[in-house]
Amino acid sequence: MDYTQITPHEQSAMLEAIGAESIEQLFNAIPQQIRFNDTLDLPPAMSELQLKRELAEMAAHNHGPHDMVCFMGGGAYDHFCPVLIDQLAGRGEFLTAYTPYQAEASQGSLQAFFEFQTQVARLTGLDIANASLYEGATAVAEAVLMALQHCGKRRVLVASTLHPDYRAVLRTYLQDLPGDLVELPADGGRIAAQTVRRELDDEAACVVIQSPNVWGLIEDWDGCFGAAHERDGVCAIAVFNPIACALLRKPGECSADIAAGEGQPLGVPLSLGGPYLGLLAARNQFMRKIPGRLIGRTTDTEGRAAYCLTLQTREQHIRGAKATSNICTNQGLLALRATMFMTAMGKHGLREMAQQCYHKAHYLAQQITALDGYALKFDGPFFCEFCITCPKPVTQIIEAAKRRRILAGIAPHGRRMGRIGDENDLLIAVTEQRTKHEMDALVEVLEEFAT
Amino acid sequence: MTSVMETRPKTTRAGTRSIHRLARGDRPVEPVIFEKSVPGQRAVDLPPLDVPRADLPPELIGAPVELPEVGQHDVMTHYTHLSQRNFSVDGNFYPLGSCTMKHNPRINEWAAALDGFAQLHPLQDDEQIQGALRLLYETRCFLQEIAGLDEVSLQPAAGAHGEYTGLKVIRAYFKDIGQPQRHIVLVPDSAHGTNPASCTMCACHAVTVKTAHGYTDLDDLRRLVNEHGANTIAAFMITNPNTAGLFDAKICEAADIMHDAGALLYLDGANMNAILGKTRPGEFGADVMHFNTHKTFSTPHGCGGPGAGPIAVGEKLAPYLPAPQVMMAEDGSFYFDRDRPKSIGKVRSFTSQFGVLVRCWAYIAACGPDGLRNVAEKAVLSANYLAARLCNVYEMPYFDPKKGRFCAHEFVTVPNRLLRKGVSLNDIAKRMIDYDIHPPTMHWPLRDCLMVEPTDTESKRTLDHFVDVMLQIAQEIERDPKSLAEAPTDAPIRRADEVAAARNPVLVWEG
Ligand SMILES: Cc1ncc(COP(=O)(O)O)c(C=O)c1O
Repeated sequence: MDYTQITPHEQSAMLEAIGAESIEQLFNAIPQQIRFNDTLDLPPAMSELQLKRELAEMAAHNHGPHDMVCFMGGGAYDHFCPVLIDQLAGRGEFLTAYTPYQAEASQGSLQAFFEFQTQVARLTGLDIANASLYEGATAVAEAVLMALQHCGKRRVLVASTLHPDYRAVLRTYLQDLPGDLVELPADGGRIAAQTVRRELDDEAACVVIQSPNVWGLIEDWDGCFGAAHERDGVCAIAVFNPIACALLRKPGECSADIAAGEGQPLGVPLSLGGPYLGLLAARNQFMRKIPGRLIGRTTDTEGRAAYCLTLQTREQHIRGAKATSNICTNQGLLALRATMFMTAMGKHGLREMAQQCYHKAHYLAQQITALDGYALKFDGPFFCEFCITCPKPVTQIIEAAKRRRILAGIAPHGRRMGRIGDENDLLIAVTEQRTKHEMDALVEVLEEFAT
Repeated sequence: MTSVMETRPKTTRAGTRSIHRLARGDRPVEPVIFEKSVPGQRAVDLPPLDVPRADLPPELIGAPVELPEVGQHDVMTHYTHLSQRNFSVDGNFYPLGSCTMKHNPRINEWAAALDGFAQLHPLQDDEQIQGALRLLYETRCFLQEIAGLDEVSLQPAAGAHGEYTGLKVIRAYFKDIGQPQRHIVLVPDSAHGTNPASCTMCACHAVTVKTAHGYTDLDDLRRLVNEHGANTIAAFMITNPNTAGLFDAKICEAADIMHDAGALLYLDGANMNAILGKTRPGEFGADVMHFNTHKTFSTPHGCGGPGAGPIAVGEKLAPYLPAPQVMMAEDGSFYFDRDRPKSIGKVRSFTSQFGVLVRCWAYIAACGPDGLRNVAEKAVLSANYLAARLCNVYEMPYFDPKKGRFCAHEFVTVPNRLLRKGVSLNDIAKRMIDYDIHPPTMHWPLRDCLMVEPTDTESKRTLDHFVDVMLQIAQEIERDPKSLAEAPTDAPIRRADEVAAARNPVLVWEG
């Protein structure tokens, strides 16, 4: 069914009102030689009942965190999400509205995005935040472009411990532009402040460091950003995990100028990698350079609080080729989910969630490293994800865990992770959802491979 | 968890909205969520920690994040109230031109929320997600067929991201064949702002081509090719049907001009709703195009997103598409191919806006080939019907059915006669809000225009109602043009002061 509602009878009346003889006549601008007179080679139309069967059948052919125990992370995490988020974000008034161009007809989404901006600013410890970008990697790329524009220099120092997809996207984005990527080598899985200091020169525009990094390790933001700021005009860009920010030192507390990150942990389903939520926050000085939508609080003609899109002269629809970014459609509904999530978890709930991640991950790490042949790959502090070296190639271990309906983790030596590790490395993520029982079951699988 | 029983006048819970009711525009203000915070309140709880606490070095710990503390009932109330302060396709006629605000079928939402789709980790092995990969592969094939082009990449996150990806592919192709100097992209003066902005992000130089009477001025196109030198041109980036709501019949000639210059044709597919199954970009010379699934294929707009912007390309550009690509193996299984040596690389993390593409698949499968053609026909019929009924009162520069000049899926009106009575375009738009209609797109592609797109899913009754409202507003202007300056008078707020918002930006709550 195609969801159109005009009957043949109405169609005739409408054609008459137009003064056209046929529907075909309305298409007279399309020259005959390019008309498509065939039928598209697509499956025949399906009724809703058929669709339900077909889609349920395709969904049933997938296994994942819904029917297995998930210890996979690597930039996407299996966190708890209160049921009320689905109910509220599913409301048609949110689902089926668009960008709030008309303030008076969009006060609901505008206020929600204003609250979202406030929550993200507080979470990152910075002054302002935008109303979303596509996802984490493009958010980091946009942060770097903003920094380049801000200081007019071209060297971009990027931690080699930044997620490989994010580094790959940065490479794509900088490839044709005046920006040179320099990767900062790691020492024990982390970037040393000394390394940042060594690589800084007069052409340095920004330093990009993710914490927790791709290994799950907590980086020395204070040290690295402190080093960056020893040179005038260098921007410190923190790539953050929003759950970690509820417990650990935040970008703003560590003197970051810009923070970019993936908002998926804030109530966004894993959904095979998208749609996710790009987060971007910055200090006030970037207000007129930040990409994407910004919502401002103002008043209406009666003096009541009102909200509207603001500082639009930054944006593509006003500024065209000189805009700060090309982004138009963003991730509004996911930003709504995230703000509802942060409200529902609240100040204490989100911190408790982060604490549970921390304590559970450390429990599991301890149980695993007590097994013969297993050790932490690095000894730096970690949050909810850690890398262990196993006594056997991890592909075998991952397969064995699958048979017990466990997703044991990620193999960092695989193509999907840009081959950053060795074949015996296993990257394990633990969220508040994992129980002691589930963790003990994973330890049992690993024990079978102990030396 | 606490919740206090309170009496409920209509939909507003007492105590959660401001009591300051004003004499005019008598609507309550919704306090920001931070004002509703009560120390100690929780909306949800977590089970107790079931493992021993680990050592957490104090130097790692940050200050608490000042998020609101609100009980569950108040969380529900807050966002319910906010939702009631929004226009939406579900609740309103929403003829926002170029955005294709069609009905969003709920079977699509049901499908995307299935555990077997929504609960998949992006780094899982291909063999565990065969159903999802099949869906992606079939979506790829559907879009290839609709485009009449050879290969689709599903990676881009929205239309603008598709433009970016498509232009990167064009750049990579020219570099690979030894013509890296091709960096100029010709863009009509009526183009959407994302077109030139995407050029800049690819280090392409956007050069404006004139349009005349709503169409690309081909002489200007030729002149610019000569002026800049054929061997500097990378592409002509055109929207067709274009942003004036017209199918540009000279598209093949424009394609020839490009191809003769050794350059390519980029089609902005934002307006595909008008030509589904009637013609295909591949037949009229496009080398690259993007789709907006949130326009053409009914994936919901979500207060601004998410969308998806798959791109389709001809054979010679296929090697440069982003990696990974979803493929079908000879044994009928599906996999992600990461071996693409000429690929532009990645344009996003992981692989796609998967959840959006589930909805896109469900829509195309529901419509089928005949349904898609019918969608285009009904979209074009509806736009022409509105144009025909309104054109005597609202002037339309490009619409003249008596001369056989019809519009495609949308039309623009420049209501000069009404504007001369002393109202602004904004007055007209804001007055529409009082009638529960979302204003059309404004000031683009012409300075004082409204761009009206009714889409394929509206009933004739709704279209007629819209005509009545627009004629009524015209009458109001005749009678008392000043009264429109007050509009909206029946909305959650009166006019928002956007000038003050930009002059003194308040982007976060500091109460
Ligand atoms: C003609 C045209 N091109 C491009 C875009 C950009 O698409 P998106 O908003 O999905 O990025 C839009 C819509 O917003 C459009 O109308």
